[in-house]
Amino acid sequence: MAIPLADQLKMYKNMLLIRRFEEGVAEAYADGLIGGFTHLYIGQEAVAGGAIASLNHDDYAIGTYRVHAHALCRGTSPRRLMAELYGRTDGICKGKGGSMHFFDNEHYFMGGYGIVGGHLPIAAGLGLGIHMRSEDRVVMAFLGDGASNQGVFHESMNFAKLWDLPIIFVVENNFYGIATDVRVSSAFNEIHRKAQGYGMPGHVVNGMDVIAVREACDEVVSYVRQGSGPVLLEARCYRYQGHSMTDPARYRSQAEADLWRKRDPIPRLAKQLLAQDVEQERLDGFQTEVNEIVADSMQFAEASPRPGPEALYEDLYAENYGG
Amino acid sequence: MAEMRYYQAVTQAIQEEMARDEDVFIFGEDVGLVGGTFRATEGLMAEFGARRVRDTPIAEAAIVGLAIGSALTGMRPIAELMTMNFGIVAMDQIINHASKMRYMFGGQINLPLVIRAPGGGWTQKAAQHSHAIESWFMNTPGIRVVIPSTPYDVKGLLKTAIRSDDPVLFIEHEILYNTKGEVPEEEYLLPFGVADIKRPGRDVTIIAWSKMLHEALKAADILAAEGIEAEVVDPRTLDPLDYNTIVSSVARTRRCVVAEEGWRNVGVGAELAARLQEDLFYDLDAPILRVASADVPTPYAANLEKQALPNAQKIVDQILKITL
Ligand SMILES: Cc1ncc(C[n+]2csc(CCOP(=O)(O)OP(=O)(O)O)c2C)c(N)n1
Ligand SMILES: [Mg+2]
Repeated sequence: MAIPLADQLKMYKNMLLIRRFEEGVAEAYADGLIGGFTHLYIGQEAVAGGAIASLNHDDYAIGTYRVHAHALCRGTSPRRLMAELYGRTDGICKGKGGSMHFFDNEHYFMGGYGIVGGHLPIAAGLGLGIHMRSEDRVVMAFLGDGASNQGVFHESMNFAKLWDLPIIFVVENNFYGIATDVRVSSAFNEIHRKAQGYGMPGHVVNGMDVIAVREACDEVVSYVRQGSGPVLLEARCYRYQGHSMTDPARYRSQAEADLWRKRDPIPRLAKQLLAQDVEQERLDGFQTEVNEIVADSMQFAEASPRPGPEALYEDLYAENYGG
Repeated sequence: MAEMRYYQAVTQAIQEEMARDEDVFIFGEDVGLVGGTFRATEGLMAEFGARRVRDTPIAEAAIVGLAIGSALTGMRPIAELMTMNFGIVAMDQIINHASKMRYMFGGQINLPLVIRAPGGGWTQKAAQHSHAIESWFMNTPGIRVVIPSTPYDVKGLLKTAIRSDDPVLFIEHEILYNTKGEVPEEEYLLPFGVADIKRPGRDVTIIAWSKMLHEALKAADILAAEGIEAEVVDPRTLDPLDYNTIVSSVARTRRCVVAEEGWRNVGVGAELAARLQEDLFYDLDAPILRVASADVPTPYAANLEKQALPNAQKIVDQILKITL
C-alpha cells in the first residue's frame, strides 16, 4: 500500500469529477445541447482514474470514443472539453470533433477515435517515435474488450513486442461490445492472456478498485519505462449506462448491473480514505468542488460562440496552395 | 399494400429469402440477439436459429472475407457491416478480393454474397462516422452497388441482391430506417439497372438516391411553388446504372442537377455530368451542376455539419441558378 494519501485524494477527486462531468453531459444531451454519438464512462472511473495517475506529464495517452474521463485525467480543462461537446469554438478541437474525438496536444492526450481498434497501430507508432528519438517516455493505450478481436489489435501487439516498444495496452474489459457479450465474441476471453501469444507480459486487475489499478500501473509503467518492452493490462470493469446515449442496454440483466453497482469504485475509495482518518467533510468538499467545476464548464460551453462559416474549410491541411 | 418502415422492409426481404433458400444465412455485429443496431434483423434469430443468424466479433475485414469464402462453397451469405464507416476496415476484402475474384479466376466461380451496410452521416456523428462513399465502389468494377431510398425499393432490390450470383454491396441509410412507405403484400422483386422516376417534370432533372432522393423531392415541391417542374430520377442501383433513363430524362428537360450526399470531388455526380455532356452537349440549356458534401471531413458542430452537408434548399439554390 505504497500510494501516498495525497495521491489517493487526487484520484478520489478525479473520479468524482469524471462522474459529475458525465452526469452533466447526460443532462446536456437530454436538453439537445450535445449531439452525435456520446458514450458515457460512468462505472469505469477507477480505470482511467488509476492508470493515468501512473503516467508522467509527457507520457502519451490514447483511447477510443469513450474518452471523456481520460482527457480529464490527463489534465485537459473541463471547460474546453464541455465546449467541444457543445460544438463551440472554445472546444478542445474547435467543435470539429465532438464527444468521440477529444485531443489535447498540450497534455499529450493523443486522441479519441471512433473506429474500433483503429488507434492501436497509432499507439504502436507513438511507441516507435519514442524509441527512434531515444526518449524517456511511455505510451498508454486504452481499448475495449471488443477491440481485442480486431485484426489491427493483433498486428499492433506483434509490432510492439517485435520492436520492444514502450507501450502499455490497457484493456478496459467491461464485458460487452455494444450488446455483444465478450463470451460470444472472443474465442478466448481471458483477454490479458492474449499477450502471451506475442511473448508479452499480460496482467489482470480489478478495474473497480482505483488503488489496485494504480498499483498495477505503477508497476507496469516502470517496467516499460526501463525498456523491457510492452505490457498488456486487463482491467475488469462495468459501464453502468448503455453503450451510448441511445442504448437502453436491455441485453444485460438487472441482477448483473446491480451486482456491479455494489462494487462502485467511488464509495470504495471513500471508505478506505475514511479509514485513513480523512474527514467526511473533506470528501464532501471535493464533491462540492467538482459540482462547481462541471456547472462552470457547462456555463462556459453555452456562452462560447459557435464556429463561424469560415471554420468549415480551416485546418484541413498544414499548407495551402489556393484553388 | 401494407405500410412499413424501411428497416422492416430489410427484415422482410431477408426473412423471405431465408425461408425460401436454406443456403442463405446472415452474420454481423449485433445482428442476432438484439436484432441489429437499427432493428433490421429483428426476429430473425428467433425464427431461424443461431446457426443461420450469427453474431460476430468486431472484425470487419474477416466478416467480409468469411462471406467470400463461404460463398465459394455454395452458401449465399449476407454479411452485415454495422455501418459503411466500418466497412472501410474491410476495404481490402471488398476491393482486392470480392470484386476481383470472378474475373481474375477466369470466370470459374460465382460469388453470391451480399454486404449490407448503412451509409451516410447527419445528426452530428462527426468525421469518422459520416461516410457516403458509394462512389468508391462505383469506381470498382466487379461489385454491384445498390442504394435504395424507399421501403418498396429496399424490399424488391434486397431480394434480387440475395438471389444475385455476384457480390452486391447493399447500402442502406441510417436516417431512412424509420421512414415509412407502401409495400405490396404479395411477393415481388425489382431488377437491377432500372431507374425509377420518382416525380415527373419538364424543366429540370434531379438525379438523387438514398437520403438525398428525399431532399430532391422536397426541393421539387419548393420549386413547384415557383412554377418550376423538376423531374426526380432515382437510379436505385449505381452499378449497374440505368443510364438510358437518365439520359432520356435530361434530353427532355435539357437541365440537370446531380444531388449526392458524398463528397463532390470525383463523386458520382462528376461521372454522370461527364457522361451526359458527352451525349447531350448541344441539347443542354445549362451546365450540369452538382450538389454534394463540402470537401472536408464532416465536422461535429451542428452548424458546421449543416453547412457541409447537402440538403433540399441547396438543391433549390442550384436549380434557380440554371432555370431563372
Ligand atoms: C471498426 C468498427 N466496427 C464497429 C464499430 C461500432 N462500435 C462502436 S463501439 C463498439 C463496441 C466496442 O466494444 P469494446 O471494444 O468492448 O469497447 P466499449 O464500447 O465496451 O468501451 C462497436 C461495435 C466501430 N465503431 N468501429
Ligand atoms: Mg467493452
